[in-house]
Amino acid sequence: MAKGFVPNIKQLPKFMKENPGILPGHRACAGCGCAIVLRHIMMARRRPIVIVNATGCMEVVTTIFPYTSWEIPWMHVAFENAAAVASGIDAGRNKLQRAKRFSDAQDIDTNYDVVALAGDGGTYDIGIQALSGALERWHNFLYVLYDNEAYMNTGIQRSGGTPFGAWTTTTPVGSKIKGKPLTKKPIVDIVVAHRIPYAATVSPAYWVDSLKKFRKGLETEGPAFIHAFGVCPRGWRTDTKDTIKLSRLAVETCFFPLYEVINSEWYLTGPSLTIAKNPDRKKPVIEYLKLQGRFRHMFLPDNKWMLDKFQELVDENWEIILSRAKNV
Amino acid sequence: MQKVVKQKMMALNGDEAVAWAVKQSNVDVVSAYPITPQTIIVERISDFVHNGEVDIEFIKVESEHSALSACIGAAAAGARAFTATAANGLQLMFEILYITASLRMPVVMAVVNRAPSGPINIHCDHNDSMGARDSGWIQIYCEDAQEAYDSIIQAFKISEDPEVLLPTMVTLDGFLISHTLQNVSLLPDEVVHEFLGTRKVPRIKVPDIYGDREVPLMLNPKYPLTFGPLDLFDYYFEHKRQQIEAMERSFKVIERVHREYAEISGRSYGNGFIEPYKTEDADIVVVGLGSTMGTTKTVVDELREEGKKVGSIRIRVFRPFPRELLRKVLLNYDAVGVLDRGISFGHFGQLYSDLCAALYGAKDAPTMVDFVYGLGGRDMPPKLLKKIFEEVLEAKVKGPEPVLRIRGVR
Amino acid sequence: MNKRGWREIPIAGIPFLKSTEYHTGDWKVFRPVIDEEKCIKCGNCWVFCPDSAIQWDGESVPEPNYDYCKGCGICAEECPVKAIEMVR
Repeated sequence: MAKGFVPNIKQLPKFMKENPGILPGHRACAGCGCAIVLRHIMMARRRPIVIVNATGCMEVVTTIFPYTSWEIPWMHVAFENAAAVASGIDAGRNKLQRAKRFSDAQDIDTNYDVVALAGDGGTYDIGIQALSGALERWHNFLYVLYDNEAYMNTGIQRSGGTPFGAWTTTTPVGSKIKGKPLTKKPIVDIVVAHRIPYAATVSPAYWVDSLKKFRKGLETEGPAFIHAFGVCPRGWRTDTKDTIKLSRLAVETCFFPLYEVINSEWYLTGPSLTIAKNPDRKKPVIEYLKLQGRFRHMFLPDNKWMLDKFQELVDENWEIILSRAKNV
Repeated sequence: MQKVVKQKMMALNGDEAVAWAVKQSNVDVVSAYPITPQTIIVERISDFVHNGEVDIEFIKVESEHSALSACIGAAAAGARAFTATAANGLQLMFEILYITASLRMPVVMAVVNRAPSGPINIHCDHNDSMGARDSGWIQIYCEDAQEAYDSIIQAFKISEDPEVLLPTMVTLDGFLISHTLQNVSLLPDEVVHEFLGTRKVPRIKVPDIYGDREVPLMLNPKYPLTFGPLDLFDYYFEHKRQQIEAMERSFKVIERVHREYAEISGRSYGNGFIEPYKTEDADIVVVGLGSTMGTTKTVVDELREEGKKVGSIRIRVFRPFPRELLRKVLLNYDAVGVLDRGISFGHFGQLYSDLCAALYGAKDAPTMVDFVYGLGGRDMPPKLLKKIFEEVLEAKVKGPEPVLRIRGVR
Repeated sequence: MNKRGWREIPIAGIPFLKSTEYHTGDWKVFRPVIDEEKCIKCGNCWVFCPDSAIQWDGESVPEPNYDYCKGCGICAEECPVKAIEMVR
């Protein structure tokens, strides 16, 4: 299945200059991790793509009327239905190609990959139904989840992807309850349970790994899912310059391990594979947490238990992934 | 003037008639979720697809919200898309109704009129599609299975017209029409294919980005377009103004398509917008939508035998509301009884409200009486209809002021 | 820019301007300055810029595009040889 796409830093700029896919001038916050993910998707294209974007940060910042940052066909319908709209495009495109419709039209091309793009808001929670349905129906599309761990666009409210202890406006640090009491929904587990051909996690800090996986996702025949780590300086209360550093630390601390699941078989990749083989390289999660204002309350003496609990959850999750990984 | 073609007659219920219309209409994608009383539509289409009788991509979506969402995706990709639903299903796709219209996607949907929950009820009333009357969809209310078949075919042509580009909802009464057999005349496949062709994608100018060139209004890597941006208070109103304009332009297109279809099928429904029955010398008329207007014709005949000068008018196109036409026509009568198989709680029935607005300020406006009936499938037997006519006859001597009466409830 | 009327804009809400017309570079407080001598042309700054605001041909020293650069500082942070300085 994987055709060996080798991302080459010398050639990519030429490709992106001719065919950027996404233009500058979008209104994402300075240092937005999700915007970096978008560029990486563009760098991994093998042929034209059509993006269906759920309501959320990326949708809003790239299409403030009358401006658009997209130089690819792009559609936004609503918050919870990116996967459903993508299903429709997939089916429509299949029929058009089968019927050779528009094959004579000089100004129409129906050869493209369908990509559904949604945030954690549009995926973990309100979008889970449409996602599950689209996966079950085995549509040919790539679903990219850019996870900034809260409903950032509407002002930093918690989502199913918000990690334990994090401050959000709906899980504030109060005198009674401090931050989010629950942990992150294991979205990739849920997706993999549908037994789709390809699922993976990516972090923009490891761009070669990311590009290879995006390309594999696009090449997959049938549904593919990629969970991308999206640092949000605004919502996480981090320094804008630390976005890639945090994307790296998340992997190095095993909070966000990098892996791919190919036909239900789990394989660690990149630095996560290295850590699995050399456990002493695993960094304590406190290195990751201490750079983020949304976890600041956990550093107060009374709340040390939260830091311990966070580490526990990370370790538990890491052990589960290790036990599944075939290449460890 | 084209010759009326030879047609095949089949005993079909309303749902099956819709399925046959879809089968013949070069539909590319159907995405639907079952809900009583629409289930036979999706089942019959599934039979056609699984038997290879038609090449339709049938997306068996996991909810109605996804059904209409997938239709938007398919339509945006350049395909002809169809869905069908009822009551709660229509309500579940509520936000997407507005979005379909604003994205100017020519999706056609059959709505098998069923009462909205709760309590949950599977029988006929119009509150479901009435709830959608503000969404920007063209709405056509059918009296019987034949009309449902005819209207679905016409709907594709109306919606896809470059002057319109609005989605169309074709309704038929749940169980009363959807599940009862009628002898339906079907056009030959080739005739429908010729009438509709395959989906053509309109071309628009996108100044600044594409200059003067007209580019296809679809998801197309050759001329990428952005569908569904964030609109703020500086442009949203202008986009709505465009939709208002499209609705106004649709009057002409609806009339033309109805006429063209009549030429090949030999069937027409009044002038396409309203279907009057024995109204020429009537003193009073009863106005309404859907299958009850079939019963009404029988009652009109009976009353005529008794020497009463009554008539009925079935309204076929509810959106855009044929206000100028109705205003002209209804001023001829002393009193008008409005049959509303729905109610806007806290006000009148929806048809009544819309009619009164159309007649407002007219000199010699008739007395208008609203009769809310039939909610949740409560039967409207000829006897009760006859009483309603008699009330309207009485009303003409009582003088104008809005009146709401509820008939058929214990 | 004079706002256009409803007859002048495309239907269906299609945007008619590219975002390149909107110079987000106005947002920044700090701007990146690349030391040509130190630069090893690794491409990190180009690959990590959220705003496509580093122009690079794959071989020469990259050039920040100040029309769009928001001054986030990721390029400076990720430069392996510290060739980029964020200047006010």
